[in-house]
Amino acid sequence: MEMCQMRVQVFEYKQSLFREGTLDAQFTQLQQLQDESNPDFVAEVVSLFFEDSEKILNDLTRALEQKCIDFKKIDAHVHQLKGSSSSVGAQKVKNACITFRNCGEEQNIEGCFTCLQLVKQEYLLVKTKLETLLRMEQQILAAGGAIPMIE
Amino acid sequence: MELDMDASSLSNGMGVENELHVLAVDDSLIDRRLVEKLLKNSSFKVTTAENGLRALEFLGLGEDQKNNLKTTGSKVNLIITDYCMPGMTGYDLLKKIKESNALKEVPVVIVSSENIPTRINKCLEEGAQQFMLKPLKQSDVKKLRCQLMT
Repeated sequence: MEMCQMRVQVFEYKQSLFREGTLDAQFTQLQQLQDESNPDFVAEVVSLFFEDSEKILNDLTRALEQKCIDFKKIDAHVHQLKGSSSSVGAQKVKNACITFRNCGEEQNIEGCFTCLQLVKQEYLLVKTKLETLLRMEQQILAAGGAIPMIE
Repeated sequence: MELDMDASSLSNGMGVENELHVLAVDDSLIDRRLVEKLLKNSSFKVTTAENGLRALEFLGLGEDQKNNLKTTGSKVNLIITDYCMPGMTGYDLLKKIKESNALKEVPVVIVSSENIPTRINKCLEEGAQQFMLKPLKQSDVKKLRCQLMT
């Protein structure tokens, strides 16, 4: 595929992710931090986000399975996930965490279960999309091109 | 007398390399990575710590260092700390720093993902230089650098 075509494809894909609210301006901040001294910065941070999220989601699943639910623990986990998703620009995951926190504060068990499912869903979506986006961008870089930025 | 000299060299000195040295404290690995990059992009020298205890140790205020008058921690020009951390919060850390003769002149910036006025006021009253919202942007860090230089 021609460089021009590749760049347009990436630009349009990224734009759609912003438009649908999957990513927000923080992701652009992340990309702007990447430079020659740290060429894998975005991939590194995103990968930390994946690891962190998967661990938290497992911990949350286990916490909700307990006979006696520890809402403080759940709040701590959700707060952490809200923080990391916010830091990478994963807006939908962050918003799902905000809703989850509200359910936890109300000690609404059913609400918490629903929220957990929603957060997991949003996480899987953003994971797939970010992996796709980064793969496409890597192809551009490997071919000597520059990643199109959304301002 | 020894401690006073250390305090003034800590707040005015720029270290041998003429670089401003920041200690960034945050329990989140992602946020440590981010703040480190933001700071390095603004030509700061950066040390990160994952909790308040480690931060205090680095500053020379660790439990086993306190009674040793000869211990001087590493010199920093600025401390940036997350507010919400398990165990010692950013606020607790701020208090400990302001209680120390050696370090009370070092500006401390508190960062938080939550915009809670009572929290902000509490920190400012305890002597925090500034309270900033997470996630930090490059423009926030640039402003900090300008403030430190004046």
